[in-house]
Amino acid sequence: MWDTIIDVIAGTFMILGCMMSLAAGIGMLRFPDLLSRLHAATKPQVLGLLLLLSALALELRSWSVVPVLILAWLLQLLTAPISAHMVGRAGYRTRHLKRETLVTDELAAVVAAAGEREDHENVTKPSTDRTDFID
Amino acid sequence: MSQDQRLNDAKDEQGTPQHATLRQELPLLVGMMLVWGALWQDFAPGNLVFGLLISLLLVRVFRLPPVILSGRFNILRAIGFIGIFLWDVVRASFEVMYLAIFRGPRTTSAVVAVELRTESDLLVTFVGHVLTLVPGSYIVEVDRRTSTLYLHVLNVNSTQDAEKARAAVLKIEERLIRIMGTKEELAALATEKSSVSKEEG
Repeated sequence: MWDTIIDVIAGTFMILGCMMSLAAGIGMLRFPDLLSRLHAATKPQVLGLLLLLSALALELRSWSVVPVLILAWLLQLLTAPISAHMVGRAGYRTRHLKRETLVTDELAAVVAAAGEREDHENVTKPSTDRTDFID
Repeated sequence: MSQDQRLNDAKDEQGTPQHATLRQELPLLVGMMLVWGALWQDFAPGNLVFGLLISLLLVRVFRLPPVILSGRFNILRAIGFIGIFLWDVVRASFEVMYLAIFRGPRTTSAVVAVELRTESDLLVTFVGHVLTLVPGSYIVEVDRRTSTLYLHVLNVNSTQDAEKARAAVLKIEERLIRIMGTKEELAALATEKSSVSKEEG
């Protein structure tokens, strides 16, 4: 009786988790540019992996694997934002974005100002390293 | 803490990198010990002590600059925060799924600058992680000097939406300050709240 209930819950979690991965794939295909595709590439697994690991914990029926599964999820939580940030930052800097899909861009003015300041510094003091904008 | 101090806190006057003291590294050591236990699937005292010894060796060999903690942690609010966070993740995951399937190429987004109240690197990092993990936004750029986050927000159709995203980030920061901010940050938050309620009333 209980085994069936747990199996059903675990099965539901697995299907939902797989749906999250499917959504990520669809998002990668359909979103307009790199910056919005990154949302699909990095996010849905946070929930998808949680659901799949929960299903695993339910199916294995052993408390000793729970810390490992929690650890796996926590490591995902730690690394996913950093990869999103690094790729997003590089993509923005190398202009891999479609301006027309952005409603506002409050970073553009800052980057332009920093670029101008750098040009100015290069004329007067060629060897200064620029540390005033964004460490 | 002044801004220059914050920029230089990883180096002392001679420019040599500072090292964290054992007391500052205690949370890290306990965390590494628990990871060791989890990987061995064995939380017996002997195994944990061995893990602690390896952690001590690791933090001696690979030295890190100190992480400055505020000295307070509200566990009840932290539990509530985890609950809200998980709910946000579920809600926003389905939102991104809906956008991917039904809006696709017509999705518009925005890059929004949010200036945080806190000056603590740890809190800025936490805010960044939390708002990136909740689908719909991630950080493109960070200005550490002014604690400004530049984030890319999905599904922004108007400037009102951008303002909403900004308010959501400040709300996350407020919750995190209530969990683990310094007393000064808490006091600043309280005065900000009272002035807002006066303006509204």
